[in-house]
Amino acid sequence: MILNIGPQHPSTHGVLRLEVISDGEVIKEVVPHIGYLHRCFEKHAENLPFNQIIPFVDRIDYLASMNNEHAYALGVEKMLGIIEQIPRRVEYIRVLVAELNRIASHFIAIGTYGMDIGAFTPFFWVMRDREHILRLLEWASGSRLLYNYIWIGGLFYDIPVGFEEQCQQYIKYLKPKLQELEDILINNKIFIERTANVGVLPLHTAINYGITGPMLRASGLRFDLRKVDAYSIYPELDFHVPIGEGKMGKLGDCWDRTWVRMQEIYQSVSIIEQCVARLTSDLKRDVTFDPQALVPKKIRPAAQDFYCRAENPKGELGFFFRTDGRNDVPVRCKVRGPSFVNLSVLPALAKGVLLADLIAIVGSLDLVMGEVDR
Amino acid sequence: MKSEELASFLQQYFQHQFEKIELMNGSCFIEVSSNNSFELLSNLKNHPQLYFDSLSCLTAIDNGAQAGSMEVIYQLYSIPFHHSLSAKVILPREHPTIDSVESIWKTANWHEREAYDMFGISFNNHPDLRRILMPADWEGFPLRKDYQTQETYRNIKVDYQQP
Repeated sequence: MILNIGPQHPSTHGVLRLEVISDGEVIKEVVPHIGYLHRCFEKHAENLPFNQIIPFVDRIDYLASMNNEHAYALGVEKMLGIIEQIPRRVEYIRVLVAELNRIASHFIAIGTYGMDIGAFTPFFWVMRDREHILRLLEWASGSRLLYNYIWIGGLFYDIPVGFEEQCQQYIKYLKPKLQELEDILINNKIFIERTANVGVLPLHTAINYGITGPMLRASGLRFDLRKVDAYSIYPELDFHVPIGEGKMGKLGDCWDRTWVRMQEIYQSVSIIEQCVARLTSDLKRDVTFDPQALVPKKIRPAAQDFYCRAENPKGELGFFFRTDGRNDVPVRCKVRGPSFVNLSVLPALAKGVLLADLIAIVGSLDLVMGEVDR
Repeated sequence: MKSEELASFLQQYFQHQFEKIELMNGSCFIEVSSNNSFELLSNLKNHPQLYFDSLSCLTAIDNGAQAGSMEVIYQLYSIPFHHSLSAKVILPREHPTIDSVESIWKTANWHEREAYDMFGISFNNHPDLRRILMPADWEGFPLRKDYQTQETYRNIKVDYQQP
């Protein structure tokens, strides 16, 4: 039987079409069809100066825009050679908002995954907690989801007065809520039965398919670009990299992936605490601080090929630039979207599973179609 | 290995298999000819001291009708050794074909489909080469420099901007 889980469906993963060839309820083959959200980012990027591409970069992974901008800004700054001169305060603010956005993105991943499985309450709890993050980021940058905040060479605005205290209060509010979320969803018997031993991704397969991010870590490899590449100011921060341990089932199953995301939220909370501590002590704001001080007026990197990558909440977001040193626009700007690569493993994971397990697997991939299609 | 060591290692052991090698900005770039790209990439993956087990990204670039070439660029990264390499293959612009590396890294499956979709580069031995982002009956290859959008697609006007 050929079943179509069409581009419009209530499992809120965006516009993904899955053509499922099944024998009764057992799935023989899954063919994902993508491209419904293709917005021609790469074609637009060939006509725009580097700083004008930033709003487009936001929209690649619209749930974690700060991380996209961070990766892009890092890449262009490395190409220009100004990366060492970025002020420490700017770097700490970038990491602060990026980690806030990482928490928001993982919240959606966990909440909507629960909803796919049938648990409606954690979704609302997660949305309530995420609202606070979005309000904080709206206060800092002006918009809730697509910020255009991290610019090449600095930031658009400095964080407002009182932002650090509000962050601290939010962290204090959040910690018991994270424990509640874990109790109601992650350690829930029904959730465990639905997700343990489902969609087991062996490590060797994961590396061969180019999987990165929480999915790779759930399969047992302690690989996090924030530690491996040590970009920005992550080397100065103290955080662990959680990996899947096969607690509730086989190593690398759907439960492990959700658990890894949950643990990463705890680690992000710890990073935010450290950033706020630095921002209120030795990197305090003063009147002479201008976040746009180093933003170049003309961005014209030397002719080169350059690939930069960063750890997005979904995985490794990579930008490949080719510049020719004569224009203000890149000759080619390719985006390696983590969800694009993570989705490619679905046909291999979903052979021989039941239809309900397919929904569990798709949910644990944590897809955002903006990254898949660009 | 650092890029310099990597470059000298490659020069020593793989001397005849690639055309050019250069170090720029702390990264190592090699240029490979399309005849032996599959063999070289396979060696790069399986060699015990290089072990590029992860293909981060596969990019295609169109250099335009004047330059008359297209390029496919592989970004390789080794997880155990933490070194990376960029391998570039230059193809002729008319009928660009290259061997698929899908049997080496499964991740290349979708990346090559996207290169085909956007540029029209054919990959030999690819199990399932068809369009991935554009609709299946789209005409033309969008990221080529001389690409003109079609007037209508299934009776819908494509380009709504007034000329």
